[in-house]
Amino acid sequence: MRRFGFRLEPRSDLPKWLPWAVPVGSFFAALLVGAIVLGVTGQNPLSVYARIVDRAFISEGAFSGTLVSATPLLFTGLCAAVAFRIGFFNIGGEGQFVMGAIFGSGIALKLGADAPGVLSVAAMIVFGAIGGGLWALIPGILKARFRTNEIITSLMLNYVAAVIATYLIFDSNSFWRELSGSGAVFPKGKVLPTVAWWPKLDFGSIIVPFGFLLGMVIAGWLYALQRKTRFGFEMRVVGGAPTTARYAGMKPTRVVVAVAALSGALAGIGGATDVGNFRHILDPKGLQQSGFGYAGIVVAALARLNPVAVVFVAILLGGITNAGYALRGPDFPAGLVGVLQGLILFCTLGGEVLARYRITRSARPSGVETTLEPA
Amino acid sequence: MSINDNIFVVIMASAIFYGTPLVFASLGEVLAERSGVLNLGVEGMMLLGAVAAAWVSTNVGGPAFVVLPLAILAAMVAAALGAAIHAFLTITLRVNQIISGLALTIFAGAAGLSSYLAGIWHLGQSPVAHQFLRLDVFGLADAPVVGPILFHQTLLTYISWIFVLGASFYLFKTRMGLHLRAVGESPQTADSVGIPVVRYRYAHVIIGGSFAGIAGACFSLMIVPTWVDGMTAGQGWIALALVIFGFWRPDLMLVGAYLFGALSSLSLTLQARGFHISTAFLAALPYVMTIVVLVIASNASSRRQLGAPAALGKPYEREER
Repeated sequence: MRRFGFRLEPRSDLPKWLPWAVPVGSFFAALLVGAIVLGVTGQNPLSVYARIVDRAFISEGAFSGTLVSATPLLFTGLCAAVAFRIGFFNIGGEGQFVMGAIFGSGIALKLGADAPGVLSVAAMIVFGAIGGGLWALIPGILKARFRTNEIITSLMLNYVAAVIATYLIFDSNSFWRELSGSGAVFPKGKVLPTVAWWPKLDFGSIIVPFGFLLGMVIAGWLYALQRKTRFGFEMRVVGGAPTTARYAGMKPTRVVVAVAALSGALAGIGGATDVGNFRHILDPKGLQQSGFGYAGIVVAALARLNPVAVVFVAILLGGITNAGYALRGPDFPAGLVGVLQGLILFCTLGGEVLARYRITRSARPSGVETTLEPA
Repeated sequence: MSINDNIFVVIMASAIFYGTPLVFASLGEVLAERSGVLNLGVEGMMLLGAVAAAWVSTNVGGPAFVVLPLAILAAMVAAALGAAIHAFLTITLRVNQIISGLALTIFAGAAGLSSYLAGIWHLGQSPVAHQFLRLDVFGLADAPVVGPILFHQTLLTYISWIFVLGASFYLFKTRMGLHLRAVGESPQTADSVGIPVVRYRYAHVIIGGSFAGIAGACFSLMIVPTWVDGMTAGQGWIALALVIFGFWRPDLMLVGAYLFGALSSLSLTLQARGFHISTAFLAALPYVMTIVVLVIASNASSRRQLGAPAALGKPYEREER
């Protein structure tokens, strides 16, 4: 470190502006680096950014579209935020989302067109949560029981979930697949009965999907859960100091399994939202291309794992995603959304450190002799 | 029907063919992890390597024996640059290695920089101009059993064998390898005897990243061989599992890589033979097997304390001794 002529000194007190300044600063730093990437590769950064802002927030109906893109990110963001908080690195939001979509669409199709709409929607939420939660229990239990690395297992299950969804629609005559009409020729999912279509609330110029409101309520509930309940307290202790948790008589493995299920359930509800509120059909290809799970990690990190902040960050990143869809074409570079997401994550990480530490010029000379100083 | 058409010979031969990128990727990761730095960016670095190699092979004129080494070099540099970001964040800024590695995969991966570059370079519309072809080593390609398995592979496979031998020798028989392992086991101790911890970590993360670049080039120059968005399809993550499965030893990782190479190619092989097995089952097999193998390995390693460098994942702060 000293070779570069600076060192990092921990700040003794964390300033009040830190929770705000880090995400905001990181976001703009990421835009700056993104501009360099764009410029180097022959694009005009200003015009690309201007088009993104226009299509995300300003132009006719843009914000409604942004809320549609923000809804899945809200759920996968909460999924990552809850799990990362206790050090359970659930990268499987993607697969849990897909399982939620499979379970959610399954129950809606089973209940059929004659069921009351409220029942269908409620059942989809519950079954989505069950589907995602069960899928996340696999890495959770393996972690708790065998100390198996949850990062790789949850990630592998993303691919398995994608294979299952593809199998249900393309490789089998499953309950989910439309076998009559054009579906007999081109494989596709059954359209959900309209009673199971989740409402979209019209506030004049802005249309808010019911799923987004549901996500906001859940975010508020999670915030209260983490701050006000015994379980939330256990989560914080297990996340911060597992050894302390054990001395205090808590069961860290049990907390890990419970949080894994909770985290997966959140992504699963997101999957139910996807079929209930937007697609109305189980669409394996669409789910696979979306990358909601990975974007959720970016959302959670930028929100500093705070469930309420996840709501706002989801809107911000949903805006970029929405603009990416709207602008997709020959003069808008594909992959830019992922580049920006990655840069935001890098900058958040770096910014977090730079805010926690003071950068000082190295006062001590470099070399071995410093190691002889008393620690 | 010759014995070389026997299904086991075919599966063995394709196991080595499809396992080759896994060998490179897991070797790169083991170098980084032996220095104490976990790099979850393998998938992203592989895609950077794949896209760089595809660009060179498509756009650089000249004979194959000039263009292909240049393509490999470009792949190594591209992936090493990605690794350098991770190195700076985790070693100098000491951020969480897990999230930084994930950030690298999101940044460079399937919906990120690799696709962005492929888009503006108009790659993927046709096969790459130069690719690594299967060789006929010593004229033995048709020898019974061993021919297709050992003497009818591409140059990249033979290079990967040299890399495995080299990495094993380096890690366990050289002074630098010993120092590296010391850095990964106990950076404090290594530092106290004058081993430059930071320099070792930077070097091995970056060189490890360049190996992931070669792994990516295996896809765009040998297996596919053209550019497809997200063409590595999770193999980078399987490479991470292989490191654990192989107890951080190159020789065992080679075995694992070929096991997974066999699983990855199984659906192609069996379908070509007219076997009626669900494609979904075969497609899911490598991923499910990764989980199974990981459970076995983690159970064994936690019982016998095998393998994992003790300081893996932990930032080193000199001031905090």
